[in-house]
Amino acid sequence: MKNLLERLYNGMIKENPTFVLVLGMCPTLAVTTSAKNGLGMGLTTTVVLAMSNLIISALRKVIPSRVRIPAFIVIIATFVTCVELLLKAYLPDLNKALGVYIPLIVVNCIILGRAESYAYSHSMLPSLFDGIGMGLGFSLALTLIGAVRELLGAGTLFEMTVMPEGYVPINIFILAPGAFFVLAVLTAFQNYLKIRAKASGKEVRKPSGCGHDCASCAESGCSSRFYDEKAAEADTETEKEEER
Amino acid sequence: MDTVKELLLLLVGSSLVSNVVLSQFLGLCPFLGVSKKTNTAAGMGAAVIFVITLASAVAGLIYKFILQPLEAEYLQTIVFILVIAALVQFVEMFLRKVIPSLYQSLGVYLPLITTNCAVLGVALTNVQKEYGILAGIVNGFATALGFTIAIIILAGIREKMEFNDIPESFKGMPTVLLTAGLMAIAFCGFSGLL
Repeated sequence: MKNLLERLYNGMIKENPTFVLVLGMCPTLAVTTSAKNGLGMGLTTTVVLAMSNLIISALRKVIPSRVRIPAFIVIIATFVTCVELLLKAYLPDLNKALGVYIPLIVVNCIILGRAESYAYSHSMLPSLFDGIGMGLGFSLALTLIGAVRELLGAGTLFEMTVMPEGYVPINIFILAPGAFFVLAVLTAFQNYLKIRAKASGKEVRKPSGCGHDCASCAESGCSSRFYDEKAAEADTETEKEEER
Repeated sequence: MDTVKELLLLLVGSSLVSNVVLSQFLGLCPFLGVSKKTNTAAGMGAAVIFVITLASAVAGLIYKFILQPLEAEYLQTIVFILVIAALVQFVEMFLRKVIPSLYQSLGVYLPLITTNCAVLGVALTNVQKEYGILAGIVNGFATALGFTIAIIILAGIREKMEFNDIPESFKGMPTVLLTAGLMAIAFCGFSGLL
């Protein structure tokens, strides 16, 4: 039980996918025009992440390592399709607001990253809680960023006016450029914390997951190879040895 | 005549007005990651144009001739992602064997775009907006062209900025994001075009 709670804490705070691991930046920027959209996207991703982690962990002994990436993608895409159909049926407004970014959850590197780095090597219950923790961390981050953008860009919070009447909304924050500026300030703050931690002599640990900044997202293992040649080579080598 | 006009409008609209990275945030990872030098940025851009155009053609054909007759449109996400990933791997192997010179210039970038959200995004947008196959291909090409324009501009700016005196915390990714934000403002100017 303690272990499971630790997974939740780890996903939400210690290894927050957005603020610490810096994964899944495309949806983060695109859907955080308001707190509500951010929360909706976050919770949708949480469902997919928890379910895919659970199933991948359950099947981890069946899936051969050389075709694990396609297998992960099929499992993730299945859940994304289910969630998309459910949203279309029960929350059509949210589905319309998030648009093409719902099916694009498939390529969100948080999900593939967790499958690769956690679910494929751990048992079912911890994997489920890891998925929920990471998902809630992602929701938290998206809601926060969405709230800041909505507050500055429209003067509202969850569609309720909170700013005084004299406030003139800075429209640019809910437009595309605002997303880049908010994220720039956020990563600068993160860098500042890292530099301060280094100066005070603390060990800066490279977090798990598929990368430690957005740039490495594309280069790291989680999105690069559909068919893992290295694993295949290793497999054939062990097969050869077994034949001997 | 009408269709040619429509296709031209689509070309301008998808490449400049609703630019794939700067207004839709698709394909951000390679946009931020592979934009240190203009040469590599151009290589990446060429690879993206090649893959997205091909992928939107293949995805369009599969949707029209396999998924629609079978009434299995809801499978589009799964089918598209698998087809795209397999296609990129296949193209990589094909280029390596048949056109090694092209492979040398594009090959290193191909694996980076296997599960790129821009490729899947274009395939899904084509279906959502009910483009025909030809319009889908044009839309794919235009989107990729927009990506190439944006990444080359960003790489050019980054080369100029390399030795600037930037506050410690803003070095690296934050500056790149600020630059991208300013570029996004500039690209907002195109919205009056259509």
